[in-house]
Amino acid sequence: MRHIISVLMENEAGALARVVGLFAQRGYNIESLNVAPTEDATLSRLTLVTKGEDKVIEQITKHLNKLIEVVKLVDLTEGEHIERELMMIKVRATGAQREEVKRTCDIFRGQIIDVTPTTYTIQVTGNEDKVNAFLDALSGATIMEVARTGVSGVARGDKSLSL
Amino acid sequence: MTQPASEPEMLSGGEMLIRSLKDQGVKYLYGYPGGAVLHIYDAIHKQSDVQHILVRHEQAATHMADAYARATGKAGVVLVTSGPGATNAITGIATAYMDSIPMVVITGQVMSHLIGGDAFQETDMMGLSRPVVKHNISVRDPKEIPNIVKKAFYIAESGRPGPVVIDVPKDMTMPNEKFPYEYPDRIKMRSYNPVKKGHSGQIRKAVSTLLQAKRPIIYTGGGVILGKASKELTHLAQQLNYPVTNTLMGLGAYPGTDRQFVGMLGMHGSYEANMTMHHADVILAIGARFDDRVTNNPAKFCPDATIIHIDIDPASISKIVTADIPIVGPVKPVLKEMLEQIDQAKIKVDEEALGLWWEQIDEWRQRHGGRYRTDDADRMKPQHVIETLCKVTRGDAYICSDVGQHQMFAAQYYQYNKPNRWINSGGLGTMGFGLPAAMGVQLNFPDADVVCVTGEGSIQMNIQELSTCKQYGLPVKILCLNNGYLGMVRQWQDMNYESRYSNSYMDSLPDFCALAESYGHVGIKIEHASELEAKLEEAMSIRDKAVFIDVLIDPDEHVYPMQVPGGAINDMFLSKTERT
Repeated sequence: MRHIISVLMENEAGALARVVGLFAQRGYNIESLNVAPTEDATLSRLTLVTKGEDKVIEQITKHLNKLIEVVKLVDLTEGEHIERELMMIKVRATGAQREEVKRTCDIFRGQIIDVTPTTYTIQVTGNEDKVNAFLDALSGATIMEVARTGVSGVARGDKSLSL
Repeated sequence: MTQPASEPEMLSGGEMLIRSLKDQGVKYLYGYPGGAVLHIYDAIHKQSDVQHILVRHEQAATHMADAYARATGKAGVVLVTSGPGATNAITGIATAYMDSIPMVVITGQVMSHLIGGDAFQETDMMGLSRPVVKHNISVRDPKEIPNIVKKAFYIAESGRPGPVVIDVPKDMTMPNEKFPYEYPDRIKMRSYNPVKKGHSGQIRKAVSTLLQAKRPIIYTGGGVILGKASKELTHLAQQLNYPVTNTLMGLGAYPGTDRQFVGMLGMHGSYEANMTMHHADVILAIGARFDDRVTNNPAKFCPDATIIHIDIDPASISKIVTADIPIVGPVKPVLKEMLEQIDQAKIKVDEEALGLWWEQIDEWRQRHGGRYRTDDADRMKPQHVIETLCKVTRGDAYICSDVGQHQMFAAQYYQYNKPNRWINSGGLGTMGFGLPAAMGVQLNFPDADVVCVTGEGSIQMNIQELSTCKQYGLPVKILCLNNGYLGMVRQWQDMNYESRYSNSYMDSLPDFCALAESYGHVGIKIEHASELEAKLEEAMSIRDKAVFIDVLIDPDEHVYPMQVPGGAINDMFLSKTERT
């Protein structure tokens, strides 16, 4: 159901728009998406999370492959893989809450990366489930802002998505 | 001082664009000038290798280029200005995209530094065209122009063909900025490598399944024509003695007069084609995409069939109907390999089963076989008009159709024995396609019989092109099946809306013959069936002028068969009173 698709594409203006446009035109859904250049500056790596039946996922990968600027792609969820997401969350931290938030953060091995007398900004990394669980655990606190990168991932072992 | 031969010529961006087209072998460029492309038009003026055809509306330019591509397999080329020029071209680009037609469309753009600032005649053509192109490219450096043009043609014509847009900001074409010109021989792209042949293992599986079939059918689409595999298809079908059906886009890929041809299939397919499909145990689908106008309800589609699907585009395979044996590859080499394997195969065709199958098919043919009402003889039947056209042109004309009932009649009742002769907007269903399409074909085949089959609705969507037709002396024949109604809309209103003709009546029609004559063409009106053949002969004999043939037909006629919505492929209305 849930698939993580990583795409290597030409680092050119408009390439991202083609990918996003494809999903919009054909009614596929995107749960999260991120994109950045790779060690080879002519290539970008885009990773997106999508949900759909096998038939839909098959069409998604076929259509992505048809885009002229897409060089290569992999559905990471087809094999063993590692996935990570980074979230920054700013919470109100006053009174008794201040200690409680800190404890929860420690349990999730989060880091407090910015502090004011009334707030904490916490950085948490992990797979999507862990990041979601941390958000749930903070439900008692006042969340001011959340910024998530979306999921990125690589295959385990020797396999790699490269030219 | 003379330049040494090795020194490349210095050209401006605009000049490079036109020179690249010349070096690509382009003869005609269809377009319309405007502010953003004036430097390019000046470059056109300074040479005579690439001839520009001035249309009256940019949509017509795209259809002319598109029809050239449909008739020859080579990309047609369009040049339009920014803003409204570009947006007017969109319908034609989408038309080509839906039918996988190779085309290169050059659109002007405002100066680079003005982009994004809502400048005069600015529109985001890259964004606008993205969903309806195979690819689009924006020129960012004039030096890149020859490479970009080569790349555009390569992408447009290879793999599954399609339109490519090149968006050219005006400052990329400045006449005083010269650059060394060199046109590349070939283009190599790491991100685009169209498949060259099919998977041999899959082909072997397909051949074995095909040879063991008891009730086979070969179902082929536009891919066989685009893939220039008509000869291989015919060879394969005749070697096996299997029935063949063509989609609307595939007509002509297999000879329409051959005994093994069971007609077009689908929404308005023949009774026998749809019946044969439904009862088949093996379907060999070649370059066809199981469009909804073919399958009807996919859940009820051909329940007993093992499906072999050959297509160059993997995304067309198992999109609507799951293929049991998919083969990704260009149809020509795949069919050649199939033929070789059939020759060497130990399994032979089951002649006994095949004999029974043909008996059954012939019985279906007897039952319906393309008949239509002829008892109300005072009214001219559109089917009869098309049959007569076929007779008069010996089935050898280029038929460029508009969209509507007349299109279906032209598909059903003209017998296409050659590929690339039936030219119509199948996927997008673009009214206004027919006349410019016919002009595009006639320009490139001056001696051929080219007929635009149209209706009084469609023709008015691009009727201004009668003027272009005059300017270039294109002797196209416009056969207008005039019933005073938007016939297909009216048919649906008859069948689904209790004949409430909401806006399907064409009031205030011009006198088409007089109109054509005012442009300097010939007008011929046909009001009675008795004069039909003689007047069509007369029209076809006029070689130096365009002829508008206005045929007054029965307004009550419907296109049959017609599939019952939500049904299987063989659930059909056969006439106003019969259904399967």
